[in-house]
Amino acid sequence: MIASLFNVLLALVLAPFLLSVINRTKAYYSGRRGPVLLQPYYDLWKLLHKGAVYSRTTSWIFQAGPMIGLAAVITALLLVPMGSSPAPLNFPGDIILFAYLLGLMRFCTVVSALDTGSSFEGMGASREVLFSALAEPALILGLAAVARETGTLTLSRMHMAITPELWGEAGLVLASVTAALIIVFLTENSRIPVDDPNTHLELTMVHEVMVLDHGGVDFAFIQYGAALKMWVLGSLIVALVLPAQDFGSSIINGIGNLLIDLTGMLILAIAVGVIESSMARLRLIRVPQLLVGAGALSVLSLILGKLGG
Amino acid sequence: MALASYFLVVFDHEREEVQEAGWTYLIASHLGAAFLLPLFLVLGQGVGSLEFADMAATPSLSPGAANLVFLLAVVGFGTKIGWMPLHVWVPDTYQQAPGHTPPVLSGVMSKMGVYGLVRVLTLLPDPPLWWGWLLIIVGALSGFLGILYAAAQHDLRRLLAYSSIENVGIIAIGLGTGLLGISSHHSPMAVIGFGGALLHVLNHSLFKSLLFFGAGVVSHATGTSDLNSLGGLIKRMPWVTVSFAVGCVAICGLPPFNGFASEFLIYLSAFYEEVILRGVSGVSALAGIAALAMIGGAATACFTMALGIVFLGSPRTPAAAAAIAPGWRMQVPMYLLAIGCLGVGLTAPQIVGGLSPMVQSITHYEPEAVSAILQSGGEQPSAADLVGYVVQATTGMLILLGLIVAFRWWLMRERTVTESVTWGCGYRRPTTTMQYTGSSFVQPMLDVFFQTLWTRKTVTAPTGLFPSNASFSSETPDLYKELLYAPVFRRTARLIARLRWLQHGRVHLYVLYLTITIVLLLVWQFGVEQ
Repeated sequence: MIASLFNVLLALVLAPFLLSVINRTKAYYSGRRGPVLLQPYYDLWKLLHKGAVYSRTTSWIFQAGPMIGLAAVITALLLVPMGSSPAPLNFPGDIILFAYLLGLMRFCTVVSALDTGSSFEGMGASREVLFSALAEPALILGLAAVARETGTLTLSRMHMAITPELWGEAGLVLASVTAALIIVFLTENSRIPVDDPNTHLELTMVHEVMVLDHGGVDFAFIQYGAALKMWVLGSLIVALVLPAQDFGSSIINGIGNLLIDLTGMLILAIAVGVIESSMARLRLIRVPQLLVGAGALSVLSLILGKLGG
Repeated sequence: MALASYFLVVFDHEREEVQEAGWTYLIASHLGAAFLLPLFLVLGQGVGSLEFADMAATPSLSPGAANLVFLLAVVGFGTKIGWMPLHVWVPDTYQQAPGHTPPVLSGVMSKMGVYGLVRVLTLLPDPPLWWGWLLIIVGALSGFLGILYAAAQHDLRRLLAYSSIENVGIIAIGLGTGLLGISSHHSPMAVIGFGGALLHVLNHSLFKSLLFFGAGVVSHATGTSDLNSLGGLIKRMPWVTVSFAVGCVAICGLPPFNGFASEFLIYLSAFYEEVILRGVSGVSALAGIAALAMIGGAATACFTMALGIVFLGSPRTPAAAAAIAPGWRMQVPMYLLAIGCLGVGLTAPQIVGGLSPMVQSITHYEPEAVSAILQSGGEQPSAADLVGYVVQATTGMLILLGLIVAFRWWLMRERTVTESVTWGCGYRRPTTTMQYTGSSFVQPMLDVFFQTLWTRKTVTAPTGLFPSNASFSSETPDLYKELLYAPVFRRTARLIARLRWLQHGRVHLYVLYLTITIVLLLVWQFGVEQ
């Protein structure tokens, strides 16, 4: 239990660091030095010390949205295992709660965006709901495929059941689920090729434009929530992809597996940086095709599992 | 019941649309009932008695008769419930009926159909696999198309009506996974599936009534329920907005409200089936999971639109700007229902445990076996235990939210907070009509599913150097109504018109018809006896 809570603490502290890694990778590719590794933390610190300017159009929903979203994503964090210790909260079906907590977070972001009455934010919200409506089936069906291979509906048990032997038996299934989940990861975290976090034109943004009117403490909550969302989805992929190793003694098991998973997160962040440096974002009308492709990969993995089983 | 609700529907009987809606409702109800009469005849013939008690005591129907009864029940009660493609009466009726009627129609009366179907299921022997398949397919179709049609509507009540079709679809998926569990002899799946379906019946009646009351308040206050003429009502009626928002979150099946508990159970049943069933049988469970996931995403799109376009932003018309909050009598039911949504969400484990007698009578399992699966306290983790974990997590989330709110309050206590205008990209004079409308909000989604929906667009493009007028309008008519029912009913009307010469208004000839009929009947009766 202590190890599980330590993992949560680790995530709460390290989540913004993933952004630094991505930014550093992109800077390396373009020949820049890039921001210092603690830059996201400085940004959060700065935002937490600001006052607020609210549009007269907005209401309490505008201020409540970021807070509910943050609470939802921290709760989702409690469901994801890391290393060899199970998540603090684990029970059969927690994968469904996980997906729906992220849904609650999205609902709040979208509603806060519509609260401003801005057509830009409405546009971003409209794109966000479309993309997530297509990404959600890919996520849930992918999880169903893993549930089938591992024979359990508990995320923590799935994590422990994914061993090198299982990769040997059902490698194709796990590989296509991984591919689908990575597309979901990029979509849900508004990364290239779905959305560009660095775009400077409101018309082309998706996630960024929805939070255009937020500032100060509210924006700090949103940024921190986004970092945590990236962490939970990333550790979901890591938990379902990296096989759990058995090193013998339990303490070495704990530390070893934790290091493996943290390395996995680091590699994932670097991979996102590489993807963002090496390709442009897709045209908006192409994005749904990519997401339907992710859903198709999930379905494919289920069918492969059926044929194998 | 159908007659009484017909009069409820045609309350504003001067308007032509209302009359049409009333007629559609009446005809649909009667066609539905027309399937139920033979149902009971077949059932009665198989058992040899028309008493429910006798039918329940001797479930000795032949497989053929049982299949026939099941199909008749799905069509007959399905019309009452509003499953696609038997749903055509639903949108018109809910849109045209006066404000307080749809909650009753959708919350209670359509659930009577579910009750009827479930009662018939208790009278039938063990189901073959395809019954579960059929219900899952019907549910997936109703659920997914229902929510897409809902998102495509411009009228708040019509939107809610289509969303009712979506929710009865979810109930059908639950019933389907339950039946699949019985026929594949996996009792946990059966019990959890039926439990989820029954819980969703309760939940839907809570949040759908809440939302319909909200729509009633909106049209009472502004005189319209057209999404694109509303906006900014949160400033005028803050507490109504709070309860409507609760309803929207709940109907999307998001925690911590009640919608999640029932969808969680249905998911769970389908996931178990997916994991355990090998071969083809698992495919239908997979279809259920896929449908639920797609419904979840589209429901978020639909209900963020309903909440955001109607209550948030700036008012789009003077009528919306001048809206007056209704008296407390119209508001209190909404508050109670909103509290009910949260209450059921947080007490779901107890409620799930309490479902055991109902589920027992559907599944015919031993009462102990059913309560071991549903109620907490056993050795194996039961459904109530799992929902209990969910409630733990969501309670934790609410506490966390409290902490975050306190933290924010502490941070902001001495900060300067100023008011300004929404960022308009530097544009100096934004008007309220520049806001995103409901139609523009869902347009990308409808474009993706364009092939399924056939949204019609009328565009007058701006032309010339100084374009004077341009317009754009879109509507999404009900495909089933246009392509299936309208042609069938037109043909039928043409056929029946050929018999019109029988009806000429001469009373003595009508008496002659009666006499001839009686004589024929007498001859037939006595002729047979000899």
